[in-house]
Amino acid sequence: MELVECKNLCKKFDEKQILENINLTIPKGKIIGLLGKNGTGKTTLIKLINDLLTPTSGEVLINGNKPGVESKKIISYLPERTYLEKNMKVSQVITFFEEFYDNFNKERAIKLLKDLNLELDQKISQMSKGMQEKLQLILVMSRDAELYILDEPLGGVDPATRDYILDTILTNFNDGASVIISTHLIADIERILDEVIFIDNGKIYLTSPADELRSKENASIDEIFRRCFKC
Amino acid sequence: MEYNFDNERPIYIQLVELIRIKIVSGEFQRGQKIPSVRELAFMMKVNPNTMQKALVELEDEKLIYTERTNGKYVTEDEKLIEKVKDELAKEKVKNYINSMNSIGISFDEAVKYLQELGGKNGIS
Repeated sequence: MELVECKNLCKKFDEKQILENINLTIPKGKIIGLLGKNGTGKTTLIKLINDLLTPTSGEVLINGNKPGVESKKIISYLPERTYLEKNMKVSQVITFFEEFYDNFNKERAIKLLKDLNLELDQKISQMSKGMQEKLQLILVMSRDAELYILDEPLGGVDPATRDYILDTILTNFNDGASVIISTHLIADIERILDEVIFIDNGKIYLTSPADELRSKENASIDEIFRRCFKC
Repeated sequence: MEYNFDNERPIYIQLVELIRIKIVSGEFQRGQKIPSVRELAFMMKVNPNTMQKALVELEDEKLIYTERTNGKYVTEDEKLIEKVKDELAKEKVKNYINSMNSIGISFDEAVKYLQELGGKNGIS
């Protein structure tokens, strides 16, 4: 059974068509890049998979079932914007996650925090935007999930930390789990991708294994993306 | 060690090249057990699936082999390793000559450069 399956998935906001007839499967054990320009429907698709929006028509299936309580247990989701309570300390957030999610691995979180020089007794409000993003990513990657969905995980962090974050993603996701990374910073992440999905104007433009696309076009994914969506 | 990958070429092919070099240079010795797919992927900071694909390719080339349940080993075949090393050496020499030609230096002059500089650096 496929981990995620989208069948003729459509989403309209009022009369505006945001996603049109999305047919997509996400297999187990892959890292997938969901790539598209701003405002092409990436986040809407992710929210549909996470049961934060309901389809106008068509359906999303997670392990064969409609999204809901069960799918939320196995999907670890990094939203575009941080939702952490500013008055909390890092240690309190860790405790919160530990109580909230059965599959939260506290030891892993503590280790990652140490690696990235984040202090347990620091308040969220005292942390820079980049530090908060790192913390959020650590929390998400510290769950033993079947699917990690990372919506723009690199946006606010410096290039040096980006590499560390990619390594964190690579080395911390469960065996057999899949990762969906949505981004427009393609050059930074393309080396870790198994497959790419180009999304444009609410439609799937192409899906392909990353290395296959590179040898077919003799170019980087970043370059191919630029050629496809030249303004 | 940092590995830099060229995003314009399939990553798995670059991994095949890197591991081939580890074998011909003796970093991975003849008959030696190599690290697991996950360990190698972690070492080179790549996706384990991509590493797996590279190892399948190296296994097709007979440079490594799988001992059931026990992991992967470098070939015992010294002749094969020598052959691969020879091919790599020829390729590098061709590249050298070509790049010298591209800046207007003839083959004979290129050889002279090699003798002078190589000798000085004690590489020859």
